[in-house]
Amino acid sequence: MRITQGTFSYLPDFSDAEIRAQISYALDRGWPLSVEFTDDPHPRNTYWEMWGLPMFDLHDAAGVLLEVNQCRTAYPDHYIRLNAYDAAKGRQTIALSFIVGRPAYEPGFRLDRQEVADRQVRYTTHPYAADRPAGDRYRAS
Amino acid sequence: MTVSELAEPGKAAGGETVFSLADARKQSGLDEVLAALDHDLVGLAPVKSRISEIAALLLVDSQRAAFGLSTARPNLHMSFTGEPGTGKTTVALRMADLLKRLGYLNRGHLVAVTREDLVGQYVGHTAPKTKEVLKRAMGGVLFIDEAYYLYRAENERDYGQESIEILLQVMENQRDDLVVILAGYKDRMDTFFQANPGMSSRIAHHIDFPGYTLDELDQIGAQMVGQLGYRLAPAAREVFREYLARRREQPRFANARSVRNAVERARLRHASRLVSQPELMLSVDDLIRLEPDDFLASRVFQVPPAQP
Repeated sequence: MRITQGTFSYLPDFSDAEIRAQISYALDRGWPLSVEFTDDPHPRNTYWEMWGLPMFDLHDAAGVLLEVNQCRTAYPDHYIRLNAYDAAKGRQTIALSFIVGRPAYEPGFRLDRQEVADRQVRYTTHPYAADRPAGDRYRAS
Repeated sequence: MTVSELAEPGKAAGGETVFSLADARKQSGLDEVLAALDHDLVGLAPVKSRISEIAALLLVDSQRAAFGLSTARPNLHMSFTGEPGTGKTTVALRMADLLKRLGYLNRGHLVAVTREDLVGQYVGHTAPKTKEVLKRAMGGVLFIDEAYYLYRAENERDYGQESIEILLQVMENQRDDLVVILAGYKDRMDTFFQANPGMSSRIAHHIDFPGYTLDELDQIGAQMVGQLGYRLAPAAREVFREYLARRREQPRFANARSVRNAVERARLRHASRLVSQPELMLSVDDLIRLEPDDFLASRVFQVPPAQP
């Protein structure tokens, strides 16, 4: 099941040239970017691991793309996203966030039903991959 | 289209498609940059000729690309050597602008750094620091002033070497995104390149900036005075030339930078001269005219001229 999160989530995955164009758009507006990765892409997991600090003072997309590619090499079977911060309002607000890397195999989520008192049912989504230890979850076995 | 198709017999010499390089020139705005370079920078003939060669190559390359011919991206890393004040930084700035206009660089900004910006103070500090600077310079020109300080022969555990290795790697792999210009004194840069042959071979253009002749210095001075909105009185012209001739022979002469300082100090004396005579009625011309006295008060005229 292909995970969709963030901006452009219903488009096919971007090529590097398209990612570069999006980065240029953000930089032209003065938004610094940062790279984050995770292997727990549950929709409620907001805080992904940071790949280095947010990149301030950059002028060209090449520098950001360099970090994205280094993160891809270091964490090949992880989800990787790019965040662009807009500091114009005096606080760090995410203006743009989209997935730039995903594992080759995405097993998806299952729906768990929990029966509680009075025949109530609680639902939760559970990623199949989360049954494996962190760091090992989306590795093609 | 391949080369063999272009050279097919029966077609007009040079292929069937006729186009004008002059149009491409006009579009890129190349001529304005080169003309501005020629006008604003006095002397520096070898530098200018090398720059127009590079510009011509990039122009032809862009035309080749338009016709689908293969164009290997030329290596444009450079080293600028020369005395202080010979315009290395200024030329680097112009170069960044030129490369942007010719489509070689995306942004065309200049990031000027020295050893302190690249080399860290403890283990593990250098690599992130150098990478940070490199990322900041991407899309533009990284200008490393006094690059020979990166390498300290007397200390083999110096972190400069680490910085050089990262630089080399990026200069090779990210050639599309970044142009590195190393600058410094000629002799010390030569030693630096001897110690780092990898660096030397990755730099395609070694450009030497010649020192200025007296005539050129005079011209630079006149240009600076004009830019500041002043003018030299006819007698002051002679004195200024004499000043430059004497200053040249003295130690710590920094070419155009010394000329700038001389003009700045003359401005200072000009201003205090006017302020010290409150009873005088001044015209606009008094405000912009530099007199011989403004130069003669200089320390340079107090020592006797060097004996030839």
